[in-house]
Amino acid sequence: MTTTAEPGALSTPESIGGIGHSRRRVEDERFVQGAGHYVDDITLPGMLHMAILRAPMAHARLVAIDTSEAAALPGVVAVVTGDLLAQHKLAWMPTLSGDTEAVLVTDKVRFQGQEVAAVIAEDPYIAWDALELIDVTYEQLTPVVTPQQALMPDAPLIRDDKEGQTDNRCYSWESGDKDATDAAFAKADVVVSLDTHYPRSHPSPLETCGCVADVNGVTGQATVYMTSQAPHVHRTLFAIVAGLPEQNIRIVSPDIGGGFGNKVPIYPGYVVATAASLLLGKPVKWVETRTENLISTGFARDYHMHGELALTKDGKMLALRVKMLSDNGAFFADAQPTKFRAGLFHIVTGSYDLAAAHVVTEGAYTNKAPGGVAYRCSFRVTEASYLIERLVQNAAYELGIDPADLRMRNFIKPEQFPYTSPTGFIYDSGAYATGLRKALDEVDYEALRLEQDQARAEGRLVGIGIASFTEVVGAGNHKDYDIAGLKMFDSAELRVHPTGKAILKLGVKSQGQGHETTFAQIVANELGIPAGDVTVREGDTDNTPYGLGTYASRSTPVGGAATAVIARKLRDKARLIASHLLEAAPQDLEWEPGRFHVKGAPDRGVTIQEIAFAAYTNPPDGVEAGLEGVHYYDPPNMTYPFGSYVVVVDVDPHTGQWHVRRIVALDDCGVRINPMIVDGQIHGGLTEGYAMSSMQFITFDDDGNCIGSNYMDYMIPTAWETPRFELLQTVTPSPHHPIGAKGIGESATVGSPAAYVNAVIDALSHLGVRNIDMPLTPARVWAAIQSSRMR
Amino acid sequence: MQITVTVNGTTHTSDIEPRVLLADYLRRILGLTGTHMGCDTTSCGVCTVLLDGKPVKSCTVFAVQADGRAVTTVEGLKQDGSLSAVQRGFKQEHGLQCGFCTPAMMLVATALLEGNPDPNEDEIRWAISGNLCRCTGYMNIVKAIKWAANERKTAEALPGQRTVSLAEAEETQEVTA
Repeated sequence: MTTTAEPGALSTPESIGGIGHSRRRVEDERFVQGAGHYVDDITLPGMLHMAILRAPMAHARLVAIDTSEAAALPGVVAVVTGDLLAQHKLAWMPTLSGDTEAVLVTDKVRFQGQEVAAVIAEDPYIAWDALELIDVTYEQLTPVVTPQQALMPDAPLIRDDKEGQTDNRCYSWESGDKDATDAAFAKADVVVSLDTHYPRSHPSPLETCGCVADVNGVTGQATVYMTSQAPHVHRTLFAIVAGLPEQNIRIVSPDIGGGFGNKVPIYPGYVVATAASLLLGKPVKWVETRTENLISTGFARDYHMHGELALTKDGKMLALRVKMLSDNGAFFADAQPTKFRAGLFHIVTGSYDLAAAHVVTEGAYTNKAPGGVAYRCSFRVTEASYLIERLVQNAAYELGIDPADLRMRNFIKPEQFPYTSPTGFIYDSGAYATGLRKALDEVDYEALRLEQDQARAEGRLVGIGIASFTEVVGAGNHKDYDIAGLKMFDSAELRVHPTGKAILKLGVKSQGQGHETTFAQIVANELGIPAGDVTVREGDTDNTPYGLGTYASRSTPVGGAATAVIARKLRDKARLIASHLLEAAPQDLEWEPGRFHVKGAPDRGVTIQEIAFAAYTNPPDGVEAGLEGVHYYDPPNMTYPFGSYVVVVDVDPHTGQWHVRRIVALDDCGVRINPMIVDGQIHGGLTEGYAMSSMQFITFDDDGNCIGSNYMDYMIPTAWETPRFELLQTVTPSPHHPIGAKGIGESATVGSPAAYVNAVIDALSHLGVRNIDMPLTPARVWAAIQSSRMR
Repeated sequence: MQITVTVNGTTHTSDIEPRVLLADYLRRILGLTGTHMGCDTTSCGVCTVLLDGKPVKSCTVFAVQADGRAVTTVEGLKQDGSLSAVQRGFKQEHGLQCGFCTPAMMLVATALLEGNPDPNEDEIRWAISGNLCRCTGYMNIVKAIKWAANERKTAEALPGQRTVSLAEAEETQEVTA
């Protein structure tokens, strides 16, 4: 059973600033002064600079490489090749999804932009000059540029480095019940199907990837400053790859200029720079250019999807059948739990109560950059959410039922939670109909439908698109979720100092989400220490507890839970100290924000600050001194944020251009720690959803040349195109999360693409248009209008 | 070759290679790392600085082109030791997340408000349309700039509390790098 509330009353005053306060961000003070500290801002004494030579073609045998001229250029310190790395057993590395990946090419090039050699020089300009002097001889091989091509029986074998690999199959996975699904389909009155491609996209944070590797030749201590969303995991992988003792490795992830999944994988550049620093005994900096970022680091999506939805004629959804083929590039290099090779099964049936579902996914190696990362989503649920929301809309057209009404008839009902999906996952809480109704009322949906009819009569095209998505975030639990075998818990260490000020250290790592602000609010809420008295530290593996990092919206669901739990443990201890100070039994004390007092005698109390002081100066007998602790939180389940987005578009029938007239986004992410920051996350996600639906994609020509290697070709929306958003909310707490929060970083990226696309398709639905593949460029929309007229 | 550039009111004389980009000059030679690099192709705008008060993308300007001219970077936005209205607006309206595009956005906003103290939403969006942001979706950036415009108007209306103009803040001191 789910309970949805209006935003709750605040449990702390503004002076404490706990949960629910739109506290202004702590980190902004340095950012607005240009005093952020990003990787490229780091300069160490004697630091050298690295540039990488990349392959110009997609598939080629490396015949010879002559680095002599480059090495002779004044200012060049070393040229690193795959052969040199191979001598140190560093030419290949494991990926976070259990595959292997070349660090520098030793045998053959497997994608355009692959790392072939690296120059280390005293100056970055000289390093770039020297790349031009490296002479490489390649023997071109036939490139494989689509997954369909890759799975043909006569396709060239891309991963001939892998023992036992005889074809280009990367993974196969299956979920749900095939027999039950087939039986349901046999009874269906209507089957609606959709074939669509969720195009390759790139998270492309404005800060590219890079590192400064500093291996001390005397002590063996390796410090790597790195654009990392998961510094602890990266430390462990570094220990395994480089064979260095883990206690001598320190990964520092400083301020990160956006991540969105791009900074989860380990990239060859990090490894080469670290190896170079190890060999040369000097710090080495490597920072990608934008083109390098776009052509070689973790892309996202690229799923060819086939979906079928079975329904009765009165609109009851019965079952879902899905077949997917993903283009994984040359190496399977995202972060993927061992148990779910393709993710996305969790919410493949969306917000709907279906009796059965069966999903088959296959991944293929191709001659493209490795991936695909979960770009601002968990384990690729964006693709799954898109498919079901598109299918539902097409089903509505097929049945002649209003798309909003069809959703209302099939939503999982509040009393069905916790709800076990046909693919076996347990949705924690939801109130789908309430949310959709609220969003529809906000746009005055019924009036819009009338306007749409009127517009059509006048030759204008107006569309209304809906997406009522359910998301899944916050991995683990540890039994089902791991990254490279490391279980997906997360951690918080809280130290309350004698003066009552505190420091909180986390295993997660912000890339702009505002952890320094929001996590202090959790502590403030639980301990009554003003949020301004709580400093948050993360990103430095020497000084924070082990954690799996920030991606898949897991910081609040897992790291936030760890923070609440450790704060509560310290509050329990504080009660013992208070009991000692007040000479009253612990059970006779009552907690109010920041203070314990004796029940019935509110004047007899001690503040958390007084208790903290006593913890170090006057601890009771039998109680350990200090007020500090660490907690590793293993989530009992994932959390399931949800929402309903309604997009209204005007489409120009003559040009295919479409304009978002309104977007109303209702989100329910459970309890909101900082409403201002939550809204900011939603704005960002809605923008990235708009980007993917309208302009942002990376494609390749038949030779495997990447089209989309700079911001002229890879279109990112500016302030001019980006729609104005209207936000609404409901609050349905997660029943298993200590503070009822669900996570919000990715909801809008997951949910919104279908809403935008559904709106454009809806504008053209009376013409018989049922699909246009993303991105819906004016040319594609115009072509769909034209071909409908030919019919 | 030798250049003399006034950066945030301080004059620097440096001997540099002609090919050095203004962004690299500011970041690596002067150590002003608040100016960022995002695309090296004039597309993303995170390297924007003000050259004689006008926004330029410093990844596509050679440092030698700034010879004899005045550059303002994010490090020069504070006025009399306090955050400028634009800086305070970005904090107040949550106009930033990762902070990487922020210095450039604030410089563009500052230049906009110098020429147009009361811009409407379209004027603001147009002014910042050469600058990408991947985090915020721009809405709060627009709000931040509006907040700053209001703040500046209020400051001007209150005698004695007038915000010091950029030109006034940039009184030069002679320093040789």
